Amino acid sequence: QTGYTEPWLELYSMEWGLREDLRDCVVAAAPYGGPIALLRNSRRDKTPSARPLLEIYSASGLLLASVPWKSGQLVHLGWTAGEDLLCIQEDGTVLVYNLFCEFKRHFSMGNEVLQNHVLEAQVFHTEFGTGVAILTGALRFSLATNIDDLKLRRLPEVPGLQKPPPCWTVLAQDRVTMVLLAMGQELFLLDNTSCSVLVRHFGNLGWACAVSAVTTVPWGEKFCEFNTGIRSPPKQMVWCTRPRSRQRAVVLAWERQLMVVGNSSESIRFVLDEDSYLVPELDGVRILSRSSHEFLHEIPEASQEIFRIASMAPGALLLEAQKEYEKESQKADEYLREIREQQLLPEAVGQCIEAAGYEHEPDTQKSLLRAASFGKCFLDKFPPEGFVRMCQDLRVLNAIRDYQIGIPLTFTQYKQLTIEVLLDRLVLRRLYPLAIRICEFLRLPEMQGVSRILAHWACYKVQQKDKSDEEVAQAINQKLGDTAGISYSDIATRAYDCGRAELAIKLLEYEPRSGEQVPLLLKMKRSKLALGKAIESGDTDLVYTVVLHLKNELNRGSFFMTLQNQPVALSLYRQFCRHQERETLKDLYNQDDNHQELGNLHVLGGYCQRRIEGRVAALQNALDEFYKAKNDFAAKATEEQIKLLRLQRHLQEELDKPYLDLSLHDTVATLILDGHHKRAEQLYRDFRIPDKRYWWLKINALATRGDWEEMEKFSKSKKSPIGYLPFVEVAVKHHNRYEAKKYAPRVPPEQRVKAFVLVGDLEQAAEAAIERKNEAEMSLVLSRCSPGTDGALAERLNRARAQLLKK
Amino acid sequence: MALAGRRDAPEPPDFGILKRLARDQLVYLLEQLPGKKDLFIEADLMSPLDRIANVSILKQHDVDKLYKVETRPGPGASDQFCFLVRPRVRTMRFIADVTCDEWSFYLLPLDEDIISMELPEFFRDYFLEGDHRWINPVARALQLLNSLYGPFGKSYGIGRCAKMSYELWRDLEEESDTEGQGRKPEIGHVFLMDRDTDYVTALCSQVVYEGLVDDTFRIKCGSVDFGPDVTSSDKSIKVLLNSQDKVFSQIRNEHFSSVFGFLSQKSRNLQAQYDRRRGMDIKQMKDFVSQELKGLKQEHRLLSLHIGACESIMKKKTKQDFQETIKAEHSLLEGFDIRESTSFIEEHIDRQVSPVESLRLMCLLSITENGLVPKDYRSLKTQYLQSYGPEHLLTFHNLKRIGLLTEQAAGETLTAVESKVSKLVTDRAAGKITDAFNSLARKSNFRAISKKLGLIPRLDGEYDLKMPRDMAYVFGGAYVPLSCKIIEQVLERRGWQGLEEVVRLLNGNEFCVSDSAVEDNPAWECQRVILAVFLGGCTFSEIAALRFLGKERGCKFIFLTTAITNSARMMEAMIEAKA
Repeated sequence: QTGYTEPWLELYSMEWGLREDLRDCVVAAAPYGGPIALLRNSRRDKTPSARPLLEIYSASGLLLASVPWKSGQLVHLGWTAGEDLLCIQEDGTVLVYNLFCEFKRHFSMGNEVLQNHVLEAQVFHTEFGTGVAILTGALRFSLATNIDDLKLRRLPEVPGLQKPPPCWTVLAQDRVTMVLLAMGQELFLLDNTSCSVLVRHFGNLGWACAVSAVTTVPWGEKFCEFNTGIRSPPKQMVWCTRPRSRQRAVVLAWERQLMVVGNSSESIRFVLDEDSYLVPELDGVRILSRSSHEFLHEIPEASQEIFRIASMAPGALLLEAQKEYEKESQKADEYLREIREQQLLPEAVGQCIEAAGYEHEPDTQKSLLRAASFGKCFLDKFPPEGFVRMCQDLRVLNAIRDYQIGIPLTFTQYKQLTIEVLLDRLVLRRLYPLAIRICEFLRLPEMQGVSRILAHWACYKVQQKDKSDEEVAQAINQKLGDTAGISYSDIATRAYDCGRAELAIKLLEYEPRSGEQVPLLLKMKRSKLALGKAIESGDTDLVYTVVLHLKNELNRGSFFMTLQNQPVALSLYRQFCRHQERETLKDLYNQDDNHQELGNLHVLGGYCQRRIEGRVAALQNALDEFYKAKNDFAAKATEEQIKLLRLQRHLQEELDKPYLDLSLHDTVATLILDGHHKRAEQLYRDFRIPDKRYWWLKINALATRGDWEEMEKFSKSKKSPIGYLPFVEVAVKHHNRYEAKKYAPRVPPEQRVKAFVLVGDLEQAAEAAIERKNEAEMSLVLSRCSPGTDGALAERLNRARAQLLKK
Repeated sequence: MALAGRRDAPEPPDFGILKRLARDQLVYLLEQLPGKKDLFIEADLMSPLDRIANVSILKQHDVDKLYKVETRPGPGASDQFCFLVRPRVRTMRFIADVTCDEWSFYLLPLDEDIISMELPEFFRDYFLEGDHRWINPVARALQLLNSLYGPFGKSYGIGRCAKMSYELWRDLEEESDTEGQGRKPEIGHVFLMDRDTDYVTALCSQVVYEGLVDDTFRIKCGSVDFGPDVTSSDKSIKVLLNSQDKVFSQIRNEHFSSVFGFLSQKSRNLQAQYDRRRGMDIKQMKDFVSQELKGLKQEHRLLSLHIGACESIMKKKTKQDFQETIKAEHSLLEGFDIRESTSFIEEHIDRQVSPVESLRLMCLLSITENGLVPKDYRSLKTQYLQSYGPEHLLTFHNLKRIGLLTEQAAGETLTAVESKVSKLVTDRAAGKITDAFNSLARKSNFRAISKKLGLIPRLDGEYDLKMPRDMAYVFGGAYVPLSCKIIEQVLERRGWQGLEEVVRLLNGNEFCVSDSAVEDNPAWECQRVILAVFLGGCTFSEIAALRFLGKERGCKFIFLTTAITNSARMMEAMIEAKA
């Protein structure tokens, strides 16, 4: 019957076939419509033979998995934010299971807990993650704020605590976690350092405390006081408040009774047919019993407005109008006019859309959306996004609320959780097809949507040990193809972690980015393959990584052999050795008999030696290698160099002057500069210095020394192999025109003009040029004539040139 | 002077964004380390860093002191050190116990059309040592440029490294899945070329102004230090050389012989503008001073600097018989008078003119002749060792490995026909004939390529360097740079069709790929914007030649190079320094 909504919402009728009462079980239900964990008979039946069963159900009561409980005495169950089940044992060991009862890991709450045992425990959620708090047999509290980054904290002693407090809870505020506990008539706050009294004279009922996640009430201020009139303490007490609502309410549960208490003096009581378990949610309370699963919440304002009896709210009128319209009654127009007269049509549409979101019945959702759609027709420019979005969200919500899926999220919870987390949860439940359909339906970007889910699916797939590697790899590749954003190496890593190395390698084959394959291949000790892939990737850093890995992994011989087959890696390694390990470089060249490079290395090493002996020794080694390399030229050159070095040592000793590091040319030049002409001559002969070089060298050195006499003598010693122009040039260069002039006449005719110009004898230059009837030379001389002093000469040249041109 | 129907070249895209990106990322990295810190910088990153973020920006982000990475921090150092280094083994030795972040700075825009990766060691590392370390940065640079100014419609290339870089870049593009979103590209084509495709051009003496300035004073990171001989004062001046410099931008691409004329004309114009003051009344004078004088003064300052530079170049070049060298070079390029050139080189070595220059000429001889005849190979090397020191034995080894200075293998010199000929003719004559055949029958790829592509312009009359006909003007009209000719030909043919023989002679590894996903709209300006990528460095002569080609064809070349290079830098990279 539409047109009416109530605070009780039947989510599912539970068909989990529970014979026991809930009070006989350890129960934990995860928030946001999460799964339910159940351990039957744990406390009552202590016979060791009867192994209790740990079961996990969906919120709709479908069995997801079960496992016989083989571990120690279980005290408490709780769920993490990531939907892992925490099983807290009496000895303080916490076992972590996934929601398919697969054991993941375990950790201990410390020695103190181990010794004194767990009396009570609670799992709580803060911004840091999921935490665990323990009350030990010694009446001390121990807690860990984040089980993924375990730091155990033991809280200070509570003075005067003689027996377990009737109730306690964990609070997190301003990044500090504290324990709130009741003792006698007082309420205490226990933090890291101390225990302080928060409220005295708490009344004689001090046994229950409920704390909402967001505490909006100032500390220590009494928010309301209500006398339930029931003597026995309630079993559970949880907040039941909608975000941003002015109402604040607490739900208390006894064996057969439920009471809702708010900040008015009134209370609402409900009779319970069965023993029930309360699960606090963001916007209400889930109430779980053997046969049913219900949701108790404050009816949201939009829904109230529309469904209140005889409501005149715009949304209510619009809903009526639409119904009349369907009946083809003209009342439709009356209702519509009434809304439009008040100009409230946009509000009416908005209300209908919003209220649709709060409805769990598809029929009601539909009629509200139909009304909204109807109202929209009469509006210009009403933004369509809200409507479309709501239609989409409701489709998603209806799909996941389905009995088979069993995630009874409300719209408010869904928005808080976000679609990304919801998809994660579907993936956790291995509901891959549904998740993919949702992604496609919502047109989520591939990277966050379909690709990610396929990748998760593939990671699950590789764990299916009943299928062959080939089958699994093919199945994965078939589904994934080259979907963007899929990392085959991640999937392969998972396969390897499951002990399926062959499958991992097969999967890596599909990885298009060779670089991505490398880390896993290294991990799998397929270093040679990794090397190939690293080279393929073009990332030299990666190649270095693999090379250095190989270096440690293989013995030297096979390491070098591997490199020999990979020139890119080899050259990189050589570069590395050149800077870091010269000796290794030698070994490398030795390995493949590269005598040329070995020789080069010796030469290079030789020049690092400051002492001649060392250098000679190094060159001697080089010489041997060059011979082996059949490089006659290098061998000869090295031999000559050794000879020169020995001679230089001799000269150094004798003349007390450094000759080392000088080239042959410079050695001879230095000797001439110092006037040791005989020795220079000796070197010239010993080293068979070509004549031309020797002449250039000698006249330059003599000119530098200013030994013009020796130069003249030398010039006459025999016919110059370099001609006599160089003599002129060298003298001019040293600003000695007088000497230069001596050689000018000996310059052959074709260079004579240039020689005379150089020495500045323009007369003679002109003479020579005219004689040679060379126009270019005449122009050269002319260009040097200055109009003031060489007028006559210029005239003569001009005349000669004119004559020449006439012909 | 535009020809009829010639389109103006499009404007280059704005590369300032590259600088901003690099700066923002650096600032982000600095902010990851809150509080005062000292910054240690690798020496060769100093200049690039200066172009990206100056000291005041660094100070704003709590950089206290700046050190070179080799230095030890002095007393009073901050308690946090931040190192900015290239990933090299030798520098990492200075640094221990650090956390690493990557400053993905690949591209430094030196000018409106030149982007440098500032990786001078690329040349040696890749071509000599076979080290593939820098291919990744090249691919990433392409990816970045493609994402900012692409998508590039067509990719051409030649060379092994070009191919690998291209393929790695495509892989990266595939992995990143970022779509072009139908953006209108600013750069239409990309052309990748390995330096070893054309060593000849890089080995030639440069004669366009910018190239000459680089050869003479070394342009570093787009700026040059003009010493006292240029500034005619007692201090050096650091000058930024780019299109912002109104004087420089007009002469940079000119043949040196036209530069003096241009500068003197310019100074006369400037004088005339100053002289206008004479007839002015007070108001006009006021306007002149407030509006024009500053600009004129600035121009005047630049003009005198460039004139100073020219004079200094002239002085240095005449000293070294520049003309003779150029003449010898031209003979080598044309393949005439090889004996004479060989003697010239020999004398060059004997006179110890310059170790780098001598080496350059030897390499040019070898590369144009496809190796030296064994006799010359031995004797030139012996001479060189005697002149410049025995450790160059290793230099020669390097040069041989990289293929810059090689020996003609025996047996290759004579074909069957020639050996028959030589049998018929007696000793001396045979020797001569063999010599003659040598120059023809060698597998001289340069000679053959040069012939195929017409790199040596036929001379009919004087080549007017002021009004260039073709790209040969950058080498005095004697030689069209091979690298640029290849680019011209491939762009003209939209691929390698018809160049099969040339490709074979260049050892292949050519490619031409159209990205089918990119809309090919001939009306778009970007179709006429080409990114020319030089792997292993490019010279200012090549840049000038392609700028010329761009003007002729109405297109714009953007240069991406691993570094600006010239013959000296290439030789120095090969020289094995005494350890």
